[in-house]
Amino acid sequence: MRVTQGAFSFLPDLTDEQISAQVQYCLGKGWAVNIEFTDDPHPRNTFWEMWGLPMFDLRDAAGVLMELNECRKVYGNSYIRMSAFDSSPGWESVRLSFLVNRPKDEPGFRLERHEVEGRNIRYTTKSYATDRPEGIRYGGK
Amino acid sequence: MNDLSMTIRGKDRYKSGVMEYKKMGYWEPDYEPKDIDIIALFRVTPQDGVDPIEASAAVAGESSTATWTVVWTDRLTAAEKYRAKCYHVDPVPNSPGQYFAYIAYDLDLFENGSIANLSASIIGNVFGFKPLKALRLEDMRLPVAYVKTFQGPATGIVVERERMDKFGRPLLGATVKPKLGLSGRNYGRVVYEALKGGLDFTKDDENINSQPFMHWRERFLYCMEAVNKAQAATGEIKGTYLNVTAGTMEDMYERAEFAKQLGSVVIMIDLVIGYTAIQSMAKWARRNDMILHLHRAGHSTYTRQRNHGVSFRVIAKWMRLAGVDHIHAGTVVGKLEGDPATTRGYYDICREDHNPMRLEHGVFFEQNWASLNKMMPVASGGIHAGQMHQLLDHLGEDVVLQFGGGTIGHPMGIQAGATANRVALEAMILARNEGRDYLHEGPEILARAAQTCTPLKAALEVWKDVTFNYESTDMPDYAPTASVSM
Amino acid sequence: MSVSAAPSAVAPAAGGPLPIERVDLRREFNEVGIGEVLDQLDRELIGLKPVKTRIREIASLLLIERIRKRMGLTSEVPTLHMSFTGNPGTGKTTVALRIASILHKLGFVRRGQVVSVTRDELVGQYIGHTAPKTKEILKKAMGGVLFIDEAYYLHRPDNERDYGQEAIEILLQVMESQREDLVVILAGYGDRMDKFFGSNPGFRSRIAHHIDFPDYADDELLAIAELMLGDMNYKFSADARAAFVRYITLRKTQPLFSNARSIRNALDRMRLRQANRLVADLDRVLTADEIMSLEAPDVLASRVFSNAP
Repeated sequence: MRVTQGAFSFLPDLTDEQISAQVQYCLGKGWAVNIEFTDDPHPRNTFWEMWGLPMFDLRDAAGVLMELNECRKVYGNSYIRMSAFDSSPGWESVRLSFLVNRPKDEPGFRLERHEVEGRNIRYTTKSYATDRPEGIRYGGK
Repeated sequence: MNDLSMTIRGKDRYKSGVMEYKKMGYWEPDYEPKDIDIIALFRVTPQDGVDPIEASAAVAGESSTATWTVVWTDRLTAAEKYRAKCYHVDPVPNSPGQYFAYIAYDLDLFENGSIANLSASIIGNVFGFKPLKALRLEDMRLPVAYVKTFQGPATGIVVERERMDKFGRPLLGATVKPKLGLSGRNYGRVVYEALKGGLDFTKDDENINSQPFMHWRERFLYCMEAVNKAQAATGEIKGTYLNVTAGTMEDMYERAEFAKQLGSVVIMIDLVIGYTAIQSMAKWARRNDMILHLHRAGHSTYTRQRNHGVSFRVIAKWMRLAGVDHIHAGTVVGKLEGDPATTRGYYDICREDHNPMRLEHGVFFEQNWASLNKMMPVASGGIHAGQMHQLLDHLGEDVVLQFGGGTIGHPMGIQAGATANRVALEAMILARNEGRDYLHEGPEILARAAQTCTPLKAALEVWKDVTFNYESTDMPDYAPTASVSM
Repeated sequence: MSVSAAPSAVAPAAGGPLPIERVDLRREFNEVGIGEVLDQLDRELIGLKPVKTRIREIASLLLIERIRKRMGLTSEVPTLHMSFTGNPGTGKTTVALRIASILHKLGFVRRGQVVSVTRDELVGQYIGHTAPKTKEILKKAMGGVLFIDEAYYLHRPDNERDYGQEAIEILLQVMESQREDLVVILAGYGDRMDKFFGSNPGFRSRIAHHIDFPDYADDELLAIAELMLGDMNYKFSADARAAFVRYITLRKTQPLFSNARSIRNALDRMRLRQANRLVADLDRVLTADEIMSLEAPDVLASRVFSNAP
């Protein structure tokens, strides 16, 4: 399967040049870009690990790409996403978020159904990858 | 025509009998509206031979304290404060026989946090008043002090995006079709296919409630199976607007509770349930972390005609106060009514914290929303992937684009239809952010994206010639450069 | 760290058109607008002839380089890192700003900002502190110019485990591998920079342009003083000017002389004395001319004269 979180997951994986253009768009708007990674892509897993702090006051995307490449060196078989934060009043949240790296194999999720009274069902989405401990998912040692 | 007060003062004012409204204090050209006054702008079409000032004063009178004759009991009240004051009348440009009347209302005329009370005054009696041929409420200025008495949208655009984990692009939806007749099981199939294919939301139609072919519990159960299955298949949060509209509040609460119990992130109501029911459901939605979608069913009966009724921009303001999260606000390019400038005005009312006066968009007043949550406008009706560049240009990023027919009618099936829309959208956002002139290069950008996406290719082919170019029945009265003479 | 924003301009589009065959040089020169920057440099900075000549040379080289690229005659990213050597107050920072602007107009840097730092902003206090600090600065400088003042402080030959070495290594790597992303200018006193390059050959080999900033001659310093005064709506009386000429001669022989910067400081102190002199006598009517004029006593009260041998 293919996890389709983020703004561009239905397109072919972005090249570094395309990623730079998106990052530059964000910097041009005055947003701080943040790199996050995880090996638990559950749709409700909001807090991915941060690769350093959000990058404030940058002028050019090259700085962000430098960090992304460092992050890929360490977590190249994880999900990595870029998020851009807008601190302006009335927003103060993420403005753009997109995946920039994904594991070679994405096992996806199992839907567990727990039947309860009436015809009611309680649903639980489980990531196959999280059957293994953090850090050794996706074929890691 | 705005220079003379005709108000009779002193003891003659309360002599028994009939008196012209403009002499009773409902026409006060010298009055300067206070910051905490509510201001309404009416389009007044007097009967032939009726003085426009008198007609406008009558509107002020009939929408506040007046009755047809002088009553001595006025003297037991601070009548001058409670009288609505028409303070300005302007002929409508290029529309002989029509006048814009500006009327100010003291805040004490209204109950806090009640659209029912506000609308009972402003549009309660006066629209049937005989000396008028027609009357339309064009716009309202709501003082911050009054805005702050309302809850506002239960969730708001920012929190909705956070909950849905979707940023930087319009959200995608589709209304399940055919709107009537599907069994719960078949209905859920459409939901599953559309969500798995790439949409964020699916939607019940306005008249899907609980009918012989599908009772509401069937629909809810099958829809939530579909939502959860699509969520697991994609790793994305998905939602389906479960319409809880019903005959009584008790039924609506019961349906909403069931939706919540099943884990839905969003419920839906229709405008026809009434303002009070809408406010009740907004409070319920805030208490239960639920996004509240409003279908504006029925609005065109009073919003569409230019000379009579209530402008949709007023309805949009009331709904933002009342507290819904989604509101259908027009597509510009689709099958339903809406010219670009007027629609832009509606969208600004939904999404901005501050609306400057923009006559060219039909926005007559500056409006401060005082950090009230923002409403997500929904564009629905006759739109398809081939228009993606125009939709993005007209409607912006914080909007739900609903492709019902444009998803379900895809020749390769519903999933393919959803994928076509999602790919078209992502390609357009990517191009826009790259700084491309996406509006003019739109067709090229779509064709390029279609090279790696067969469903998009098919969609562009099937709907390539579909447009709805009809003259709009409701357009702004002012050209971009005009200003009100005040 | 200080960041000077550059005027925003559109970065050159990636994947340009086919190679061109001929070019109208004057049009090219006018279009990129570097003439204005060079003129501005001439206006702003008194003297500095050799520096200005070098900047013109570099600008011409880059203009031709840009045309060569468009003709398909080169695809290399030229090395543009520079060293500015000279005493304090000789205009290095100002020239760095203009260079950044020229590089930006010619499309050799994408944004054109100048990030100006010293050792403290690059080097940390403990293990693991330096790399993030250096990278933080590099990220901010990407697309523009990183100006490292007194760069030799990065290197402490007496301490092998100095964290400065870590910063140097990161800098060298980025200077080599990200030449299209930023230009580094190392600045400082001439002799100390020479020593620094001697012990860090990696830097020397990555520097394309060395520019030496000479000290100002006495008459140039006077002209600078008059320019600064003019900007502030002050002026020397004839006597004051004569006194200031002597001031310059004396000041240059004394310690911590830093060219234009010393002149600015001297003028600030003279304005103070003038104000004090004027306020000492409250019972009078002042003319605009008196308020604008620095008089000989304002100059002569300086310690420079009393310290003179």
